[in-house]
Amino acid sequence: MSVRRVAPPELQPKEFSFTAENADWAKKQIAKYPPGRQQSAIIPLLWRAQEQNGGWLPEAAIRHVADILEMAHIRALEVATFYTMFLLEPCGKKAHVQVCGTTPCMLRGAHDLIEVCKRRIHEEPHHISADGNFSWEEVECLGACVNAPMVLIWNDTYEDLTPASFEKVLDGFANGQPVKPGPQIDRQFGAPVGGPTTLKTVKA
Amino acid sequence: MAKIIIDGTEVDVPPEYTLLQAAEAAGAEIPRFCFHERLSIAGNCRMCLVELKGSPKPVASCAWGVRDCRPGPNGEPPVVNTRTPLVRKAREGVMEFLLINHPLDCPICDQGGECDLQDQAMAYGVDSSRFHENKRAVEDKYIGPLVKTIMNRCIHCTRCIRFSAEVAGVPELGAIGRGEDMEITTYLEHAMSSELQGNVVDLCPVGALTSKPYAFAARPWELAKTETVDVMDAVGSAIRVDTRGREVMRILPRNNDDVNEEWISDKTRHVVDGLRTQRLDQPYIRDNGRLKPATWQQAFGVIAEHVKAAGANRIGAIAGDLAAVEDMFALKEMLSRLGVQNFDANHDGAAFNPSLGRATYLFNPTIAGIEQADALLIVGSNPRKEAAVLNARIRKRWRTGKFPVALIGEMADLTYPYDYLGGGPDSLAETAAGRDIFADTLRKAERPLVLLGASALTRKDGSGVAALAAKAAVELGAVKDGWNGFGVLHTGAARVGALDIGFVPGASGISAAEMAMPGTLDVLFLLGADEVDVPPGAFVVYVGTHGDAGAHRADVILPGAAYPEKSGIYVNTEGRVQIANRASFPPGDAREDWAIFRALSDVLGAKLPYDSLAALRQGLFKAHPHLQRIGQIAPGDAADIRRLAAQGGATEKAPFRSPVEDFYLTNPIARASAVMAECSALAERRTALSAAE
Repeated sequence: MSVRRVAPPELQPKEFSFTAENADWAKKQIAKYPPGRQQSAIIPLLWRAQEQNGGWLPEAAIRHVADILEMAHIRALEVATFYTMFLLEPCGKKAHVQVCGTTPCMLRGAHDLIEVCKRRIHEEPHHISADGNFSWEEVECLGACVNAPMVLIWNDTYEDLTPASFEKVLDGFANGQPVKPGPQIDRQFGAPVGGPTTLKTVKA
Repeated sequence: MAKIIIDGTEVDVPPEYTLLQAAEAAGAEIPRFCFHERLSIAGNCRMCLVELKGSPKPVASCAWGVRDCRPGPNGEPPVVNTRTPLVRKAREGVMEFLLINHPLDCPICDQGGECDLQDQAMAYGVDSSRFHENKRAVEDKYIGPLVKTIMNRCIHCTRCIRFSAEVAGVPELGAIGRGEDMEITTYLEHAMSSELQGNVVDLCPVGALTSKPYAFAARPWELAKTETVDVMDAVGSAIRVDTRGREVMRILPRNNDDVNEEWISDKTRHVVDGLRTQRLDQPYIRDNGRLKPATWQQAFGVIAEHVKAAGANRIGAIAGDLAAVEDMFALKEMLSRLGVQNFDANHDGAAFNPSLGRATYLFNPTIAGIEQADALLIVGSNPRKEAAVLNARIRKRWRTGKFPVALIGEMADLTYPYDYLGGGPDSLAETAAGRDIFADTLRKAERPLVLLGASALTRKDGSGVAALAAKAAVELGAVKDGWNGFGVLHTGAARVGALDIGFVPGASGISAAEMAMPGTLDVLFLLGADEVDVPPGAFVVYVGTHGDAGAHRADVILPGAAYPEKSGIYVNTEGRVQIANRASFPPGDAREDWAIFRALSDVLGAKLPYDSLAALRQGLFKAHPHLQRIGQIAPGDAADIRRLAAQGGATEKAPFRSPVEDFYLTNPIARASAVMAECSALAERRTALSAAE
């Protein structure tokens, strides 16, 4: 955890507003809550704003969402700064890599993945690579411990990584042909490596 | 009522009480930081931990209701201990955690000497720290010209956030980040815009938010403290004036549940530097168009010359908004002895007429009574600017729910929502006749309140508007047995007192507007009246404190005493008689205003029969007995309002305008204050910005 501030003005877009499609979607989210409680929709709306803006949340978007929900700007800023998954500074265009560094992943080699990030992307987390396409950060548990170590890029997880397979994942994003999300070894989702080990006699 | 045993004493308290309130009822003192009686409960500082029998852990007494406690196995009342070793250890632990990140800068902290954390660390702190890591460092924030921040000291009690969101109604403060990195700030460090923001300094239990204008000015233990009342608006907030030597260092609120609770507006609090600048400290006489310093005797001589040359019907007096009752009484007595009938305290032309009865110009429902009201119609007023503290009371009532509010007049952000019925007397007539929806709401309400802004009466059709508003109040059931919901909100602290003593034109007297017409008067006394435009012609005697508009126009200036420099009676908009005590002395040769008139009366050959303030007050009380009941309200007679309603009168179509264009610059003291000027400039920029958007 560290102090989180909105990005400096020179990195901020001047304006932000939802696309027509997202504005419609926002209306539906707000309608889920009783009148006068529309502020409850703050997190989904901020998240959609972040997605629309290429993975990070500009200050103008925080204001825009606060205005839609008729709440004070500071209240929206409180939410945006509280949750670390709202990125307040620009991230890589092609991929923002969130490497899980919590115990299971750490024991299974998260450090090696971070080394790859440091080498290929930037020495420091939350910094954009020279070509502007990549950034990375270390995050806490993302809930795929069985398939440790893993990373999260946009909405997909890439699991059972080794430095080599992780580089392939990054290559995929670099050349616009991402590899298939999920385990990067021979296994189905969280099932045992190398096929079933129990209940082998049960017929489908 | 619920029974509960606290430290072995059984007490009977309402079940909705919290353990903290119950403990206080039982006489046990509970330390606290985040809890505040007038704010919502946060329960995050954990300083108020107590032991509740049956609970495995100590509980936060501020957030634990008496009704939530389980009784004993045989139905015994719940048992709470506030002084056991467990409680002490728990609180010491909390204190140790709070002090981990709190800097040890008490010697350079403005809160030093009146700091909750300092005081409580005396009781629960330990002499050494087990924390060897670095302390947290937090950037200081800019949140406006009145509140200085030293954010290293913040203990995250969130009182300031809750105050700005709940009481002030301008949710500008918030906490960004979380955990150790939580920081109190406004949105991107914009300045706060509330008129009550100074109160967060009082609320802050540590030195994180301190007063910017008062920074490093004095220590609390070197100040003499005088309890008095405020005159910046007609609310009459209870204040404490802190002085060092002759200098007023700061103004703080006092608790008065009937009037201001414990809040004061920024103008009340930060007008202090205005008391030092632009002061009139010796008499002046205009000589060849220039004001030249003079002695009192010379000044009196010149006045006597002009007064003697003028006929009684060509002498007049206008009282301003800051005059004490005694001052006006002495001035009126003196001139009455010369046969003068031309008095007016309605310098703005407001159609207040004491002969119609006291109820027609008082805020009859009383400020505390706002909380009993169940519907509100605001006519021609912006209470947020005219009486910020009273507006906070309206907002408090609104927050408890079921309180429809409607406004006729200028649209503005009042910090609570309202129905807008229209801009002028036509809309009021519609409502009075019961032709709009809100009239029904008022009629159905048990205790409706009609708030009439004093400025609505300053128009040419003022008396017609007053009658119409009274008619609305009467027709819609605001005036009935046991409830008088017709309330006039004044803007000047002196006005009600002036009306009470009849500082209005006599039988053959003329009004302020007529007095200010060229050629009507030979001699005009201005008692701190700076808002009147006096054309050339009349000989103007200005008795006042500051080199403001009145002094610029004056032919003779007699320097008077400002409100902290004299003892005087002020009657607030409710009709509550309050006494302002002397905290300091007038500068230089300036004198208390009543004493000036006493001395002048001798020269004019109309000697006033009192040599002391006490003797003057005796005369005053004899003439107006209700003024001696300090702190009380002599209620108005509801029949007066019915008579006023029946009086009728023509009204015009023009919409109502708020008299307070600039909240920070409404009187000569505020206009002399650099702090108020800065606030005013900031407010203007903000308005320009929001207009541009």
